[in-house]
Amino acid sequence: MTTNIAAASGVRVHEICKSFPVPDAPDTSRLALGDISFSIAAGELVSLVGPSGCGKSTLLRLVAGLDVPDSGELVVGNQKIVGPSAERGLVFQDPNLFPWLSVRRNIETGLVARGVLREKRNEVSEFMRLVGLETFANAYPHHLSGGMAQRVALARALINHPKVLLLDEPLGALDAFTRMRMQDEVLRLWENRRTTMLLVTHDIDEAIYMSDRILIMTPAPSRIDREIDIDLRRPRDRTGDSFLRFRGEILEHLHFAGNAASTST
Amino acid sequence: MNANGAITNERSRLPWPMQLAVPAASLITFGTHLLIAQNAPPLETRSYMLLFWEIVGVSIVLAIAQKFWPVLRRWMRHMWPIFTAAILFLGVWDVITVGLHLLPLPYFPGPAAVLRSLISDRGLLLDSTWHSLVLLVSGYTLGVIVGLVSGVCIGWSSSVRYWGMPLLKVVGPIPATAWIPIAMVVSPSAIMSSAGLIALAVWFPVTMLTASGVSNTRASYLDVARTLGAGRLYLIFRVAIPAAIPNIFIGLFMGLGASFLTLVVAESVGVKSGLGWYVSWAQGWAEYGKVFAALIIMAAFFSTVMTLLFKLRDRVLVWQKGIIKW
Repeated sequence: MTTNIAAASGVRVHEICKSFPVPDAPDTSRLALGDISFSIAAGELVSLVGPSGCGKSTLLRLVAGLDVPDSGELVVGNQKIVGPSAERGLVFQDPNLFPWLSVRRNIETGLVARGVLREKRNEVSEFMRLVGLETFANAYPHHLSGGMAQRVALARALINHPKVLLLDEPLGALDAFTRMRMQDEVLRLWENRRTTMLLVTHDIDEAIYMSDRILIMTPAPSRIDREIDIDLRRPRDRTGDSFLRFRGEILEHLHFAGNAASTST
Repeated sequence: MNANGAITNERSRLPWPMQLAVPAASLITFGTHLLIAQNAPPLETRSYMLLFWEIVGVSIVLAIAQKFWPVLRRWMRHMWPIFTAAILFLGVWDVITVGLHLLPLPYFPGPAAVLRSLISDRGLLLDSTWHSLVLLVSGYTLGVIVGLVSGVCIGWSSSVRYWGMPLLKVVGPIPATAWIPIAMVVSPSAIMSSAGLIALAVWFPVTMLTASGVSNTRASYLDVARTLGAGRLYLIFRVAIPAAIPNIFIGLFMGLGASFLTLVVAESVGVKSGLGWYVSWAQGWAEYGKVFAALIIMAAFFSTVMTLLFKLRDRVLVWQKGIIKW
């Protein structure tokens, strides 16, 4: 049973290309993603790091089904991705809570949208407790701090029990302390539920602290340059020797990649 | 008593100059009236005097009641300066018209004469107000419903926008009152054509603002909803429309203003009832006291309707409290 579910929630990205039209020159297009391939095992937490503009968010939107690739194949479990679905939750850097709905109603969104609110109403309170927001049930989003709003966004995505959770720099707008606390919180949610997670971040420490594996992306045209397995036990020591060794390795790689890109153009 | 207690005490009391302001203003205004209007008709002076006795009486009762009722006290603290100014304004009006004859009679009667007209013609005024209300509500409701539907369609669907927008841009800016000659010919009754004109006047701003609100829904709200399993109906009715509601209310307010204008014009031209008709009818008889009486009723009527719309907005957009300044 468990293996069955696990097998259904791996992600396979196969030879994906995506280009966008250049705004000033209508007939030309810019290759945003060139031939990207990787896969994520079920229940794995994988980070995607790289300099800004290297196509991380574009890739995430493709996996979410919000955009369509020019070529290549995207598969979750054994199903091809053809459009957005409640099976793949997405959390942005901006929590994007609906300002006209209370915290509780924001979290309920997925249940209402799928027409299952009646059967699953009791789960709403459970998820609010899970992210520690029971007392804010009737508050409106603009009363929440950045960290609280992002927790609501997480609960809203998780209430659909997605097979895959896509995180697009979800903690990027938070201050350093809130961010570290939220990293532990996301890890706790992940360890409890073993949802497959793909985390886009430009914070290398965050990637090392959280993920099983890190994919390093380089720009123009974007590709996966390197994969690093983080074989450290959790909870990880942010100042430990091996942590810093990984950090050095990634920084060096990105620096090198940056140089290579600038000399080649 | 500590400082804190003193402060609370100070705030919970209504200062006595403020308590006395309204009766004092009444006495000043009425005293002025007695001085300048010595040869006015006695009936006029009596009803004017009764008005002031009532104001004085009510204000004294309220001044006593506010000691036991904090809500009333807060309201009085807020409203009393305005009321005082309004009463003094009556005195100034009296001086300008009846006292110094700065404005030509009979076009500008004094407040006492207007009050007299208001009282003597109350039956017809009430009836006219009722007719205006019915016409306004039916026209406005029709315009809002059609405007919301067309606005959502234009805002959401790009093909509807392609065909609908040119029509909206060409037909919309024509003032609804300019259609009067055609409306009179087309429609079977003056009431129906007037309601249609009011609806047309409301339709344009409501459609315009609804369409822009819907089409400017933040793309990320729609993206989030789609990854949560939302279908098209959910995206339209639970994301795009709620996101557009602040804009829609701007359209509703603009439409309401346009509907007042169209109502008054349509009534004075076509329909033989309502406040707009009353004004032009009274003008025809050179009874300017009645004209002013009707204007006062209109002011009260339209501002009440406007206030109701504000209340509705405060209720619907309660989530905006703290984000924007109302």
